[in-house]
Amino acid sequence: MNSGANPIATLVWTFGLMSLFAVGGANAAIPEMHRIAVDIQHWLTDKQFADIYAISQLSPGPNVLIVTLIGYSVAGIAGALAATLAMCGPTAMLAYGVSRFLARSSQSRWPATIQAALVPLSIGLMGASGLILAQAADRTWVAVLMTAAAAALAFATRLNPFWMLLAGGLLGFAGVV
Amino acid sequence: MPPDSRTDAVPAPDIAAAHLPNRPGLAELFLAFAKMSLAGFGGVLVWARRAIVEQHRWMTAEEFNETYALCHFLPGPNVVNLSVVFGSRFRGIAGGIAAFAGLLLPPMALMTILAALYVRYGEIDVLRRILAGVSCAAVGLAIAVVFRMMMPPIRKRDVIGLGLMVAVFIAIGLLRLPLAAVLLAATPLSLAINFVMRRRASP
Repeated sequence: MNSGANPIATLVWTFGLMSLFAVGGANAAIPEMHRIAVDIQHWLTDKQFADIYAISQLSPGPNVLIVTLIGYSVAGIAGALAATLAMCGPTAMLAYGVSRFLARSSQSRWPATIQAALVPLSIGLMGASGLILAQAADRTWVAVLMTAAAAALAFATRLNPFWMLLAGGLLGFAGVV
Repeated sequence: MPPDSRTDAVPAPDIAAAHLPNRPGLAELFLAFAKMSLAGFGGVLVWARRAIVEQHRWMTAEEFNETYALCHFLPGPNVVNLSVVFGSRFRGIAGGIAAFAGLLLPPMALMTILAALYVRYGEIDVLRRILAGVSCAAVGLAIAVVFRMMMPPIRKRDVIGLGLMVAVFIAIGLLRLPLAAVLLAATPLSLAINFVMRRRASP
C-alpha cells in the first residue's frame, strides 16, 4: 500500500490498526503480523519470522513484544519503540476508558454474551497462528515431529515450557532439525 | 504541611479500594510489574496473578478474574490492558502509566538488545540451528494452548462455537484473509447466534 512512505509511520499505522482487531491477545494477531510483515510489506522472510517468534518466546515479558523485534528489523531502535507503543498504547487507553466507565455505571459483571461470542473466534485465530507458525518453522519431517512432541507434552503435562524450549535449542544445536 | 498529607496529593483512584489492606504507590506499581514481566517466560499472566493476588494481596481472586475477563474481551494485548486497568484503579492515570511502563520497558530493552544481536549474528550456523530447534518447540507450545482452550467447548458439545472456531481458522489460517475483514464478519454473526441461543435457553 504505502511501502514507499516513512517506515516509522508505516509501523505505527500498521500496528495501531492491528491492535484494535487483536481480540484474544497478541497470539491471536500472529497471522495478521505474518501476513503484513512477510507477504505484504516484505520486512521479513518466512524463516526470519519463525526466528523472531522463537526469540520472543525465549525472552521474558508479554508475548506482544514480538512487535518490538519486527519494529527493530524495520527501523532500528526507533522502529522497535514505535511498533511497541503503537501496538500497546491505543488499546491500553481504550481499556482504561472502558474500565472507568464500567466502574461508574454499575457493579454488574462484564456482559457474558459478548464474551461467549468472542471466545470461539479467538481460539480459531490462535489455531490459525499455530498453523502459520508451523509452516514457517517446520521445514523437515523431524521438525514437524519435534513440534508435535512439544505440543503433546505441553498439552498433557504441567512441565515448565522453558525446558521444552531449551530441549528444542539443544536438539537444534546437535544438528537434529 | 504534616508529612502524612503527602499521600493525599496522589490523584483520586477510580474505584474506592479502601477495603483492600494494601494500596500500592507509583514506584511500587512500576517495580511489581517490572518483576512479573521479567519473570514471565512464555506469558506473564501466571506471574501477574501470583504477585497481585497471592503475594501482595492487592486484589481478591474474584476481583482479579473479573478484571482479567474485561481485559481479555477488549482488543489488544491482555496483560498490557490489565496493567493499565490495575494501576489506574489504585493511583489514577499516573498509576496506569507506572504499571504499563514497568511491564513493558525492561523486557523491551532486553528484546531490543536481542534484536540487534540477531541482525548481526543471526546467520551464524550454530545460532541458526539453535533457533530452528527452539522455534519448533515454541510452535508446539502455541498449538498446545489452542488444544487446551478447545477442551471446554468440546466437553460442552458446543457445536456452534466449534463451527465458528473452524470457520475462523480456515479463513485466517488457510485462506489468509485479512484479520479486520474476518472479524467484522464473524463478530456480529457470533454475537447474534449467542444472543438468540440465550433467549431460547431462558424464555
